[in-house]
Amino acid sequence: MTNRTTIERTSERALVVTRVFDGPARIVFEAWTKPELMKLWWAPKSLGMPILSCEMDVRVGGGYRLAFGHGEPPVFVAFGKYLEVTPPSRLVWTNDEGEDAAVTTVTFEAQNGQTLLTLHELYPSKEALERGRGAEDGMPEQFEQLDALLPTLTASA
Amino acid sequence: MVQFETARLDASFAALSDATRRGVLEQLGRSEASITELADRFHMTLTGMKKHVGVLEQAGFVTTQKIGRVRTCRLGLRRLEEEAAWIESYRQVWAARFDALDTVVEQLKHREKTDD
Repeated sequence: MTNRTTIERTSERALVVTRVFDGPARIVFEAWTKPELMKLWWAPKSLGMPILSCEMDVRVGGGYRLAFGHGEPPVFVAFGKYLEVTPPSRLVWTNDEGEDAAVTTVTFEAQNGQTLLTLHELYPSKEALERGRGAEDGMPEQFEQLDALLPTLTASA
Repeated sequence: MVQFETARLDASFAALSDATRRGVLEQLGRSEASITELADRFHMTLTGMKKHVGVLEQAGFVTTQKIGRVRTCRLGLRRLEEEAAWIESYRQVWAARFDALDTVVEQLKHREKTDD
């Protein structure tokens, strides 16, 4: 049984995603801050775009670079820098791919041995948020693969 | 079902093929407006604007409500549906990631146990 991921548009410029994880905050935080672990989950097969490389210098002012695609050259490169790094409770980074890019804040809250994760994306404007959705276009068809993927994930867990 | 979708698409394209109607949608995206206000803004007769709004209404882009003598127009359910569909597809991206992250968390927990 997986926990429910919720999403809410909390204002014209902000989206908030929440999810509970069955593990302590320091472990969930670790999975967000070590490139070898990020690579295992950030681009699951169902998204149809594997991670080619992942570099992360997780400290205030440090940069990250994630390349996606099926081979060189990458189809898409995500990059930016960390504004706040507070283990194991808070991470803030910029997304510097374009003018429309959001600032992402992730908080990890301990709850009886579980972790409530809240991801907050703040866009520079309403229009930027609405244009930003284009980046995820083309993915809905791939979501059908998700049903097939879930049993394997659960089995290997 | 396919025919219904085709008809729906035809109505959409027809509705959006006109510059005034695209302008009306843009305007209603900012705030609701009465037919009279729209007619004024687009320098049009009331009858002309009623016709345009009717086309947009049929395509599901606009809904209208008559209160007293004023007919107020706002963006229709169709736009809301699209917004909801987009949010849901975005949620699914995160859900897919987080389901994969569950596996990583389980592995890390397991590793800690065996290290003890």
